[in-house]
Amino acid sequence: MTRVGRWIGRHLALALGLLVLLYMYIPNFIVALMSFNDASQSRNLYQFQSFTWDNWLNPCAPLGMCESLRVSISIGLLATIVSTIIGTLAAFALVRHRFEGRSTANLMVFLPMATPEIVMGSSLLALFVAAGLGGQLGFWTILVAHIMFCISFVVVTVRSRLSGLDSNLEKAAMDLYANEWQTFWRVTFPLVFPGILAAALLAFSLSFDDFIITNFNAGQTVTFPMFVWGAAQRGVPMQVNVIGTLMFIAALTFVILGEVASRRRARGKVSAR
Amino acid sequence: MTALQRVFGRNAAYILIAPAALWLAVFFLFPILSLLTTSLSDPAGNPVTGYTLTWRVQNYVEALADYWPYLGRSLLYAGIATFFCLILGYVLAYAIAFKAGRFKTIMLVLVIAPFFTSFLVRTLSWKLILADNGWIVETLQSLNLLAEDGRLLATPVAVVAGLTYNFLPFMILPLYTSLEKIDPKLNEAAADLYANPVQRFWRVIWPLSLPGVVGGTLLTFIPATGDYINAELLGSPNTQMVGNRIQALFTTVGDYPHAAALSVILMAMIVAMVLYYVRKAGTEDLL
Repeated sequence: MTRVGRWIGRHLALALGLLVLLYMYIPNFIVALMSFNDASQSRNLYQFQSFTWDNWLNPCAPLGMCESLRVSISIGLLATIVSTIIGTLAAFALVRHRFEGRSTANLMVFLPMATPEIVMGSSLLALFVAAGLGGQLGFWTILVAHIMFCISFVVVTVRSRLSGLDSNLEKAAMDLYANEWQTFWRVTFPLVFPGILAAALLAFSLSFDDFIITNFNAGQTVTFPMFVWGAAQRGVPMQVNVIGTLMFIAALTFVILGEVASRRRARGKVSAR
Repeated sequence: MTALQRVFGRNAAYILIAPAALWLAVFFLFPILSLLTTSLSDPAGNPVTGYTLTWRVQNYVEALADYWPYLGRSLLYAGIATFFCLILGYVLAYAIAFKAGRFKTIMLVLVIAPFFTSFLVRTLSWKLILADNGWIVETLQSLNLLAEDGRLLATPVAVVAGLTYNFLPFMILPLYTSLEKIDPKLNEAAADLYANPVQRFWRVIWPLSLPGVVGGTLLTFIPATGDYINAELLGSPNTQMVGNRIQALFTTVGDYPHAAALSVILMAMIVAMVLYYVRKAGTEDLL
C-alpha cells in the first residue's frame, strides 16, 4: 500500500494535469474528425455520418469561404506587420528609457487588454459613426481596429523579453569598440528577436481569430470568423473543419520549427566554445 | 538606443513611443469617450446621420431597468466559469511548473496550440459534444443525473462549459508564471518542519502563487463577462448575456445610445470589481 500510495502521490499532480490538457484538446479532435464527415446525405450537421475525403479535396467548395479566408489572411498580415513595428518601438521606449509620462504610457498599454472586446468594438463603431464613416465600414476599419488591439500584446511580449536581457552584453560589445549601430544590430536585436517573433505570431493569431470587434466594424466585408458565424445559423459546411485543422497543423509546425531552431542555435553556441 | 539618443537627443523615448501612443489614443481612448457621449445622446437620431448630445442620463436608467437580468446573468456565468478555470488551470499550471521536468516547454506549447484553431469552430464543436443524442448526455441520463428528456445544449450548463473551455489558457499562463518562480526548496523546508502535503500547499505554495491567481482570474473574468459567442452558439434566448444585448442593440436594433449606456455600465462594473478585488487581494502592484 505505502509504495503504491507514494507512487500515486508523486504522479497524481502530473496525471491530473495531463487530464486537463486532454480536455483542452477534445474540440480539436472533434474538428479534425468532422473534417472527414460526409454531410451531403444528412441534415444533422452536428453528428458524424460517414467517412469521406471530399472536404479535403474540395476545401473551397462552400461559396465565399476561401474569399473570406483571403480577407482574414491579408488583414492578419498587415495588422501583424504594423502592430509589431509600432509595439516593438514602444517596448524599447518603456524598458530602456526613463521619461516623464512613462507610467501613463504603461497604463495606456494595459487598458485595452482589460477592456471587454464588446466595449472596444462598440466604441470604435460609435467613433466611426460619429466621424461620418458609418457608410464606409470595411477592410480598412477592420485593419485599424486589429492593429489597435494587437499593439498592447506586442508591447507586453517584447517588453518581457527585453527586460530579461543582460545589459552587460551590450556594454561588452561597446568595450570591444563596436559603435552604437553595430551593438544594436549585432547584439541587442538578435537577442530580442525571438520575443519579436513570438509577438508577431501572437498578433497574427489574435487578428485572424477575432470576431467580436471585427463584427462591429466590418460593414459588408466578410472575414473567416464572420463567415463561420454566418454559416453557423444555417449549419456549418464541413470544409470549415478542414481549415480549422490546417491552421492547427500550421501553427504547431511553426512552433516546433522555432523550437528546433533555437535548440540548434543553443547547441551551436556551446560547441563554438 | 544610444545611437538614437545621439541623433534625437533626449526625445528618443518620445519618438519611440509616439506611434503606439497616438494609435491607442485615437482608436482606443477617443472611442471610449465617443461611447460616453453617445450614451448621453438623444436616442431619436440614427446610426447613419449620428446622434445629438443632450446629456440624457435617462438612457442609463432605462438600460438598467430593461436589461438588468442580462447583466446579472453575465456576472453569474462568468463568475462560475472563472471558478472552474481556476481549479482546472491551477492543476495544469502546477503540473507544468513542478512535475513536467524536461517536458516543461513542450507542455506549455501544447497549452497554447489548440487555440490556433479558430475559436468559433472550436466552440461549435461543443455543440456536437453536448448534443442531445451525444455520449455525455446519454451517460448522464443512464446515471439518472439528467432527466430522460433533459438536455445540456441550450442550458446555462452549456454556456458555462463553453466559457470555461474558451478562457482556460488566460488562467493557465499567469498561474504558471507565478508558480514557476516559487523555489522548490521552500516546499522541502516546510516538509522538514513536519508540514503535511495539505499544509504545505495552503501555507506555502498557495500564498506565493496569489499574484498569478489574481492575474489569471482577472484575465478570465473580464473577457468572459463581455462574451456573447458562447451564449449565442451554445445557449438559448433564456441564457443570453449582456454582450448579446449590446450586440443586438448596436447591430440589429440600431439603438446606439442605450447600447452605449449598457457598454459603459458593463465597463464601470468591471473596473469597480477589479479595483475592489485587487485591493482585497493586496497585490496592487499588478496594475
